[in-house]
Amino acid sequence: MEALKQELKSKIIEVLNLEDIAIADINDDDALFGDGLGLDSIDALELIVMLDKDYGIKLVDPKEGKTIFKSIETMAGYIAENRVK
Amino acid sequence: MTAKKTYIQSFCTIQNNQILMNGEVVFSTEPTAFSDFSKKTYQHLEMNYPKFFKMDNLSKLAFLGAEFLLKSESNFSKENNTALVFANKSSSLDTDVKYQNSISDAENYYPSPAVFVYTLPNICLGEISIKHQLKSENSFFIFADYNPEFMEKYSNILLETLKADKVLCGWVEYYNENYKAFLYLVDKEGEIEHNQEILKKLYKQ
Repeated sequence: MEALKQELKSKIIEVLNLEDIAIADINDDDALFGDGLGLDSIDALELIVMLDKDYGIKLVDPKEGKTIFKSIETMAGYIAENRVK
Repeated sequence: MTAKKTYIQSFCTIQNNQILMNGEVVFSTEPTAFSDFSKKTYQHLEMNYPKFFKMDNLSKLAFLGAEFLLKSESNFSKENNTALVFANKSSSLDTDVKYQNSISDAENYYPSPAVFVYTLPNICLGEISIKHQLKSENSFFIFADYNPEFMEKYSNILLETLKADKVLCGWVEYYNENYKAFLYLVDKEGEIEHNQEILKKLYKQ
């Protein structure tokens, strides 16, 4: 699980072009949206695409994203349970 | 009725890894890709605006030009009514091609929402407006070539009809690593006369 969390941090920085943020700056339970990393709605859509592309997870209901993308911790937990690749 | 004279308050040119303000080089790098040049320019400006790195190249080009120009305007207030009138030749084609590539393979079909939002050229005007809190008139035109005649007339109409107090005009062309931006601020006062001949001359500098 620890390796998956590190992988997610690295992917998020790359996919969302978070140029000024390093892996070490993101804590597992930091909020990804709002006051945390400050991601926006387009970033949320990119994360949905990333789940599909890299882990074979298709989010049928985008509202699910609110819970899944709460933090690295929740994302890693969801991916570990549902990944097909 | 004779139209009142208008003036070019300041102008900025970006091309060949170089930025000129009013004809003087203010920043340059060794020959490098635009992504690297734009990043170094951002760092040179000591900005703290992470959204910059999410923009496409056309928006980065327009945004940096506006940043240099509006930064040097000591009277530029967040409340002012500065219209934006921009144009180019290639529209958002550079990003359109990038987006098309991401959806052309049915077996590897992962369209990027972050790329898609930049598949319109006028998005760069939104980026400038957000940064400088502008709620003013804005338009983006596509022409076969740089068109000072149209730009002069259009910006003068905005000033004469009191739609704007100033007009930030720009030619921002970006396609496949070839780029040129020429931005200038038109006002009712100033020293450089705002006319087609001057616009042609300044563009060539």
